Amino acid sequence: MKFLQSFGTLFEALLTQLGLYASTLGQVVKLIFTAPRYPRFILNQAEEVGVQSLPVVLLTALFTGMVLALQSYIVFHRFAAESMIAVVVSLSMVRELGPVLVGLMVAGRIGASFAAELGTMRVSEQIDALWTLSTNPMRYLIMPRVIAATLMLPLLVVVSDFIGIYGGYAISVFMLDQNPAVYLEKSTEFMELKDFYSGLVKAAFFGMLIGVIGCTEGFNCKGGAAGVGKATTRAVVISCMSILIFDYFLTAWMFG
Amino acid sequence: MNIEQPRIKIRGLSKRFEDKVILDEVDLDIMPGKSMTVIGMSGTGKSVLIKCILGLLKPDSGEILVDGEDWLALNQQEQLKRMRRVGMLFQGAALFDSLPVWENVAFALLRHGENKNTARERASEVLAWVGLPSIEDLMPSELSGGMAKRVGLARTICHKPDIVFLDEPTTGLDPIMSDVINRLIVRLHKGSGTTIISITHDMKSAAMISDHIAMLCHGRIHRQITPDQLDSDQDPVLRQFIEGRAEGPVNCSAWGKDIEEAVKR
Ligand SMILES: Nc1ncnc2c1ncn2[C@@H]1O[C@H](COP(=O)(O)OP(=O)(O)O)[C@@H](O)[C@H]1O
Ligand SMILES: [Mg+2]
Repeated sequence: MKFLQSFGTLFEALLTQLGLYASTLGQVVKLIFTAPRYPRFILNQAEEVGVQSLPVVLLTALFTGMVLALQSYIVFHRFAAESMIAVVVSLSMVRELGPVLVGLMVAGRIGASFAAELGTMRVSEQIDALWTLSTNPMRYLIMPRVIAATLMLPLLVVVSDFIGIYGGYAISVFMLDQNPAVYLEKSTEFMELKDFYSGLVKAAFFGMLIGVIGCTEGFNCKGGAAGVGKATTRAVVISCMSILIFDYFLTAWMFG
Repeated sequence: MNIEQPRIKIRGLSKRFEDKVILDEVDLDIMPGKSMTVIGMSGTGKSVLIKCILGLLKPDSGEILVDGEDWLALNQQEQLKRMRRVGMLFQGAALFDSLPVWENVAFALLRHGENKNTARERASEVLAWVGLPSIEDLMPSELSGGMAKRVGLARTICHKPDIVFLDEPTTGLDPIMSDVINRLIVRLHKGSGTTIISITHDMKSAAMISDHIAMLCHGRIHRQITPDQLDSDQDPVLRQFIEGRAEGPVNCSAWGKDIEEAVKR
């Protein structure tokens, strides 16, 4: 009974939180249609999300491509089908690992920083101050961040796709003595345009999730420094989990 | 007959957090161009009262009329538009720590499309009024508490609001600077007919800047007086507060008694 009760409370909290995310998203979408849109802030945030995340994302993609090549070599070697390494690396990068890994890395970096920044502004009454200076805090703080995250993730994914495929190429050609021309040919041979853009659609969706969840957690945070800490943790955990969950549903929807 | 209507008229305003009642049917009128000071012990809900008027907290019930217009019935867009005539100094200053001092002060001007140079000049002018010349390019983290408070005051009045809310404007300032700020508030009030609602614990400041003083106690307006009644009013709660005694109708004299024992242990 006790267990059921606490499960109920948890479920209720989850529903409340989902409601908050939905309401943030709804308001942001509504705000986009009216001025001011603060293009300079969007640009600043885009730099923060995109350019600043590059090192982390590049390194992740490079090593993922490398390990994919190594793993698939070990298996394909048994069937003497080493030329298929390139297919595995490029298709898994583009369709799945690119968007998901970039999403998870950016959720850690950007989701956390959105939540911490907005949370600090909330508990030090800076968000209230915006309101009394007749500035809509939702428009001033959240809209630019959500737009920037939604636009920048696909770009990061494009870059990481290339770097990941290069990582696989490097391992196959320089370490496993595969033929470079065959590798490059196989990389694109089985790839359809849909594989590529489905990854970008996923990325944009993940970017939006990260922006909305991070900002909502910070914006609604309560209770001083500890509250900011909690909001930050939740922003990261919840956005990572929702990325993995939505990844399944988006894949099922686009290729189902 | 010309009966002036209050600039701000509050009726039956109630606010609770969970089951803790903070405001319990507050009624208060503030006439145009008058300065109203709200006093009361810490934690009685003075800041909550102001935040309810500004729409930062949603009251559970009651009415807030500004120039006869029901502010609680406005939608978000309209509320934001009304904020242009309002200035608010927060208890903790609430400066934007990502912006330099001058952009903080000129924030409302910049947001409403004022040109950058004009806005900066105006910011410097207002900063000089609060005794802080040539700090335009510092960041808020480089300021002391008292300086931050004065920058907050500058930001509050920079866009020439006609209703100004001041949450403890002189708390954290030295006596000389307090006097400077009190004079500034008086000048603002007398010179431009700004309606002022302030909160203070500083009786000297209250006497100087207010036309009316209202005491908030147990969620209600306990008593309203004018500054010249400060010395003569016989209400026991008010007397205790003004004279700053721990003994009285609100009895706090027993608090801290155990400390002697605790220290010995
Ligand atoms: N956001 C909030 N959530 C819960 N309780 C609050 C909140 N804001 C204020 N309170 C409570 O309301 C009471 C009045 O607070 P406040 O108006 O800040 O006091 P003061 O009169 O010193 O300005 C305090 O007891 C405080 O604990
Ligand atoms: Mg207060």
